[in-house]
Amino acid sequence: MPAGRTVEAMMLGKLDWSAIPFDQPIPLIAGAVVLVGILAVLIWVVVKGHLPYLWHEWITSVDHKRIGVMYILLASVMLLRGGSDAIMMRIQQAIAYQSQGYLPPEHYNQIFSAHGTIMIFFVAMPFVIGLMNLVVPLQLGVRDVAFPTLNSVGFWLTSTGALLVNVSLVVGEFARTGWLAFPPLSGLTYSPGVGVDYYAWSLQISGVGTLVAGINLVTTVLKLRTKGMNYLRMPMFCWTTLASNLLIVAAFPILTATLAMLLLDRYLGFHFFTNEAGGNVMMFMNLIWAWGHPEVYILVLPAFGIYSEVVSTFSGKPLFGYRSMVLATMAICVISFMVWLHHFFTMGAGPDVNAIFGIASMIIAVPTGVKIYNWLFTMYGGRIRFATPMLWSVGFMVTFIIGGLTGVLVAVPPADFMLHNSMFLVAHFHNVIIGGVLFGAFAGFEYWFPKAFGFRLDERWGKVAFWFTFIGFYVTFMPLYVVGMLGMTRRLQHYDVAAWRPWMMVAAIGMLLLSIGVLAQVMQLVVSIRNREALRDRTGDPWDGRSLEWATSSPPPVFNFAFPPDVRGEDAYWALKWHAKVQQLEDHPGPEYQDIEMPRNSPTGFVCAFFATVMGFALIWHIWWMVILGGLGAFATFVVFAWRDHDEYVIPAAEVERIDRINIEERRSLVSMAGAA
Amino acid sequence: MSMTATVGHAHADPHHIGIVVEHPGPASKRIVTAYGFWVFLLSDIVMFSCFFAAYAVLVHQTADGPKGSEIFEQRNVAIETVCLLLSSFTCGMASIAADVRNRLWFYLGMAVTCVLGLIFLTIEFREFADLVSRGYGPSRSAFLTSFFSLVGCHGLHVSAGVLWLLTMMAQVFAKGFRADILRRMMCFALFWHALDIIWVAIFSVVYLLGSGV
Repeated sequence: MPAGRTVEAMMLGKLDWSAIPFDQPIPLIAGAVVLVGILAVLIWVVVKGHLPYLWHEWITSVDHKRIGVMYILLASVMLLRGGSDAIMMRIQQAIAYQSQGYLPPEHYNQIFSAHGTIMIFFVAMPFVIGLMNLVVPLQLGVRDVAFPTLNSVGFWLTSTGALLVNVSLVVGEFARTGWLAFPPLSGLTYSPGVGVDYYAWSLQISGVGTLVAGINLVTTVLKLRTKGMNYLRMPMFCWTTLASNLLIVAAFPILTATLAMLLLDRYLGFHFFTNEAGGNVMMFMNLIWAWGHPEVYILVLPAFGIYSEVVSTFSGKPLFGYRSMVLATMAICVISFMVWLHHFFTMGAGPDVNAIFGIASMIIAVPTGVKIYNWLFTMYGGRIRFATPMLWSVGFMVTFIIGGLTGVLVAVPPADFMLHNSMFLVAHFHNVIIGGVLFGAFAGFEYWFPKAFGFRLDERWGKVAFWFTFIGFYVTFMPLYVVGMLGMTRRLQHYDVAAWRPWMMVAAIGMLLLSIGVLAQVMQLVVSIRNREALRDRTGDPWDGRSLEWATSSPPPVFNFAFPPDVRGEDAYWALKWHAKVQQLEDHPGPEYQDIEMPRNSPTGFVCAFFATVMGFALIWHIWWMVILGGLGAFATFVVFAWRDHDEYVIPAAEVERIDRINIEERRSLVSMAGAA
Repeated sequence: MSMTATVGHAHADPHHIGIVVEHPGPASKRIVTAYGFWVFLLSDIVMFSCFFAAYAVLVHQTADGPKGSEIFEQRNVAIETVCLLLSSFTCGMASIAADVRNRLWFYLGMAVTCVLGLIFLTIEFREFADLVSRGYGPSRSAFLTSFFSLVGCHGLHVSAGVLWLLTMMAQVFAKGFRADILRRMMCFALFWHALDIIWVAIFSVVYLLGSGV
């Protein structure tokens, strides 16, 4: 018997049937539903014969637009998963007054940990990275990002992380430690199961993907701008992309190092964060927040960029205070690295240290305030069109100011001592992340959807979605401020204080409204796809846009622009349109069309992520032979990729001309219509 | 309606110095690749800095185990340092040889770099094995945890570098000095030199400062 057990342990590590939670119906049923869903989609794809199309056009694609769309798809799917967790938590807290509710503590703890992890790493991150991928090369007037194949690798590694988190639902368990897995709770002594390992390896793998995306976008913005696209002519979204990705490059290695230390503690008995042998738990807090605070700005800066584009477009004016906006963006980029300690004022670093970090945290509100005023002044005197993206932007301004003010409040150390780890804090960061990042992601989604797919989204359902989400947000989270003031701490599985109860009921109703908002957005997508002919964007410029992504067709050809645009000032496309109207598009002969070289598709990213998944799973379950196999596979994939002889293909000039002519004809009809009007 | 095109030139001259510098367009592949790799190296250095920080925090937490001065052997560290510094030189020779497309000197330079890297790794491995056998493994104390992690992280990088080096030699053997392979060679050289710089920091912070305590 012992010999058999040893062989089994060698083959399967810690994995056995007890890993499947047969006694817990909720994850099991949820997992089964997801599995059936995935299988159904797979079968449908294979039976309908879509597999070759998916493989050639999407899975192996290195086109930044396709990869951007896939990032956003991943984020949307994970939003539903993270949202389900949120609904479960709100229901639990609404009914768990003087009772255990319906979620046992060990399950509830997994849910709030998974909710935070998923929402930050697999919703907010892929959403903003997807939008940056989709839009930035178009705005810069170039054909692709700096490293197209690595871009694909980055996306698929992010998916690997998301996959592993979801596998934990049915095989084993997820962390019960909160979304940042503080030791010593996350150490081996107090978390002996595989939950923290799922957490850490998912984030390590997807973190590599994020780092790759960051390097890629920094290099793209700094080195791949079209002719005449000086730094101070770049659209605001490119600036915020630059700032955000600089932060990724500077901050994500800290996360990698910190989680590596935690894993060393767990796997090899190291003493970074243990209570024994001189380990230092507070070092983990410092390290993780040295990543964690910049991470907040990694998420919100691109959203600020989106608002800048949207507000300027729908006000029909250039962005007010463009230079101050650039300055504010870069100021936030730098200061975001100097405030991390405000996450643990209660550590006891002393009044002088706390004062410095408190003041720094208040100072960072100044450039953010500059931005708010710039958006307001952009709207002032403009001809404002309240299309859906604009609604999200205005909703953001109102909501984010409230979130920002409560942020300044908790930046005061004495106040923070009272509010630390309370529901007030939960309300605050949801206020800025939903009101800041998620609203921005939705605004960007509505705004650039026609660019990606060639048709607009249904405005009516879009507005329904906005109002339900907007009101739902307030109904859900304002009560959390109140219970925070009433002394309720975060992450309570049940409670006995009667005064909290009504507020938790209100929050649950708010959650219902938010869910209707999400459903409305799904409906919007369905309705828009069905009515796509009526919503078709033939010109490539559905919103009367100002930057270069609107200068090409919707969806853009794979090469983006037939000729590299020549930029002469800010709002490059606006200037082009102006000239076109003045000249009434006289048929002057343009330059000769030329052959275009584009990078070939490559399965490297997908294959690499496959091996990363194998390796991650094996590491979590201590299946060492499989770890080695996965590592060798990933290395072999790169060598095979490095060995190929043709990494580019040529689109002949005639084909470029044919595609470009269609778009020119559509645009000409637009200009002549505008002239007639 | 503001006409931004007319004010375009003012914006291309932000400091009003009378010189309008127009951005010339996308950079060449060589520059883009090297630039991206530089950005990666910077991020890698940030990661190392975390391990340096952890070392600085935990260096005195010896938990009644050995201090640095009791376990560091200056002679070995000196040999390791000479090996790495010399390997940077030979790696530079290989880079020059690749630029002038001289196969013989390229292989020679890379081979010597590889051997020096392997000598370094062997000495480091023996140092680690010796410490573990004396009961001074990384689980002994927080100080040893941070020591093994910092130095080991660098060692892992050198190992990856050796693997990359061999792949590079095989690529030149199979494909010759193609433009994309020369770009990779440039990245490899950057990587190898960066490891040298990090070693200098480890040498100073861990071994030199540690031996004095």
